[in-house]
Amino acid sequence: MISAGVGGRQLGGDLAGAAVVVVVIPRRRSRSIQSTAAGEALRCGGGGIKNAWSLQGTRPAILASRSFSSAAKEMTVRDALNSAIDEEMSADPKVFLMGEEVGEYQGAYKITKGLLEKYGPDRVLDTPITEAGFTGIGVGAAYHGLKPIIEFMTFNFSMQAIDHIINSAAKSNYMSAGQISVPIVFRGPNGAAAGVGAQHSQCYASWFASCPGLKVLAPYSSEDARGLMKAAIRDPDPVVFLENELLYGESFPVSAEVLDSSFSLPIGKAKIEREGKDVTITAFSKMVGYALKAAEILSKEGISAEVINLRSIRPLDRATINNSVRKTNRLVTVEEGFPQHGIGAEICASVVEDSFEYLDAAIERIAGADVPMPYAANLERLAVPQVEDIVRAAKRTCYRSSSLAATA
Amino acid sequence: MALSHLSSTRSNRLLRPLAAAASSLCRPISTSTEPLVIETSIPFTPHKCEPPSRSVETNPQELLTFFRDMATMRRMEIAADSLYKAKLIRGFCHLYDGQEAVCVGMEASINKKDCIITAYRDHCTFLGRGGTLLEIFSELMGRQGGCSKGKGGSMHFYKKESGFYGGHGIVGAQVPLGCGLAFAQKYNKDENVTFALYGDGAANQGQLFEALNISALWDLPIILVCENNHCKDVNLFLLLDFLRLFFTLLLLWNRVLNGWLFGRWHGHC
Repeated sequence: MISAGVGGRQLGGDLAGAAVVVVVIPRRRSRSIQSTAAGEALRCGGGGIKNAWSLQGTRPAILASRSFSSAAKEMTVRDALNSAIDEEMSADPKVFLMGEEVGEYQGAYKITKGLLEKYGPDRVLDTPITEAGFTGIGVGAAYHGLKPIIEFMTFNFSMQAIDHIINSAAKSNYMSAGQISVPIVFRGPNGAAAGVGAQHSQCYASWFASCPGLKVLAPYSSEDARGLMKAAIRDPDPVVFLENELLYGESFPVSAEVLDSSFSLPIGKAKIEREGKDVTITAFSKMVGYALKAAEILSKEGISAEVINLRSIRPLDRATINNSVRKTNRLVTVEEGFPQHGIGAEICASVVEDSFEYLDAAIERIAGADVPMPYAANLERLAVPQVEDIVRAAKRTCYRSSSLAATA
Repeated sequence: MALSHLSSTRSNRLLRPLAAAASSLCRPISTSTEPLVIETSIPFTPHKCEPPSRSVETNPQELLTFFRDMATMRRMEIAADSLYKAKLIRGFCHLYDGQEAVCVGMEASINKKDCIITAYRDHCTFLGRGGTLLEIFSELMGRQGGCSKGKGGSMHFYKKESGFYGGHGIVGAQVPLGCGLAFAQKYNKDENVTFALYGDGAANQGQLFEALNISALWDLPIILVCENNHCKDVNLFLLLDFLRLFFTLLLLWNRVLNGWLFGRWHGHC
């Protein structure tokens, strides 16, 4: 596994002999608690109101008391996206959907299931396989004031249309000095799926996030998916919405606030999924799940990891990341994409610019291997970050790595 | 006016015979609004449709406004050319002189709710849509008073309230965008159309055919206007290639000739 960052540090050795606070995690802190809103409150900082609470205007105490009576609803990411698009389309007649297989086929990944039946062929349009053509048409419609949602079957195909995303959509507001606004959403699965090979597995977060004029969002849970999708559709600027194919089927608990049709999440705010005090781990999309698993493993070894779900890649929530690093003094960035010029590199630079004196160890970058995605299952597993890699990197920042071999 | 000035200067002995004729050459220009029917000179070549009528109804006053607009556009482009050569306009400056009739003719038949989108040769199209000369020259020279506040430049003029959507630097990109504008007009059930202008270079772009295909499938109210100014045909690099070819052939011919004349075939070639 190739992980960028400074190689394993041998100094200090194992601090097992020193006074280590052993955090005994009761067995309750597992999936069963996570499936209730109270569990969510505990997981996100034990009911601390001062915490970055994602649901606007909600006090955790109320949720905690309410949820003991009944389990909170669970929703898959797929249903979350479908319901968000459905609600926004019914609220605003200018919103329409365009992409390959979004209509008759009910969506290549069934995200847009039932929408053609509900809104008709004028608002849910199946296109031929012409990304450059239909993306240009979507941007032109946005110029005129409509609110298109353009689906790419995967973001690998967005490269066919990237001229329209960057030059026609992202830059127009600036070049026209505010005359032309482009309220468009480009959405689709991003990053590696399973066994689809090199041309269908790239993560485009850093490509889009480097371009001024775009907003780039990457949800993880169903709450993220609903809230960020609604925010993206309502936003007057072009938004690139990076989903993940392997997350579509995963279920997450959602509270009543999340299910409300006026729910939305602010763009540019990260969420602290798990509070900790020893090391900060930043991640987005599928890697948040891996980071949370790594945090569990680390907590058994006495390292309390703080997991930040970025949610918004551009604008990046530098404040949340820096405040966390100032608290923990160590940082591990996790992403699925290629390491060079990636999201981790940007976070690293931002922390060095803003919180250099607070760092006690070099920042570790965990990223995908610097190689086109291989097909063979064992090679594919090696090319994408795994939970063990995150654990090893976190230990390296805590000077707890045990041998050179472990850092390979 | 120019002729009367000439007749008053001293060194016009040569012109004196003409001066007498000058006043008879100055005709008053008609501003009547009486309808006039003009037959256009070049017939249309239709493809799978009925050609429109070649008779156009207009009047002298309207024709005069067309002329005034076109003359203004021509003078504006020539001035822009001088400014560009004086390096007061930086980067790119694509001129529309010679093509003025296209945008003036288009404007004559549409209203401001119809949309126009074009590529980077947009100075005159912008003027036709209601832009002012001050806005144009300010933008070209990067001043705040420009239509895009100096942030766009020659290739990025916009006037959304008059239905002018730019002003695009990527060859061919404006065609799918124009089809998108037409899509929005159809979606909103406006009774308006969009004109997407492009050139002989953009005619080769794949995205143009993609957009055309979708427009035909979805029956969009789009009119594509190809302005073939042959700009793609001769360019500097092409010229250099021809020059290089020419001189290579000249050199070869020289050697062949020398070889034949002086019989030096043996140690050569």
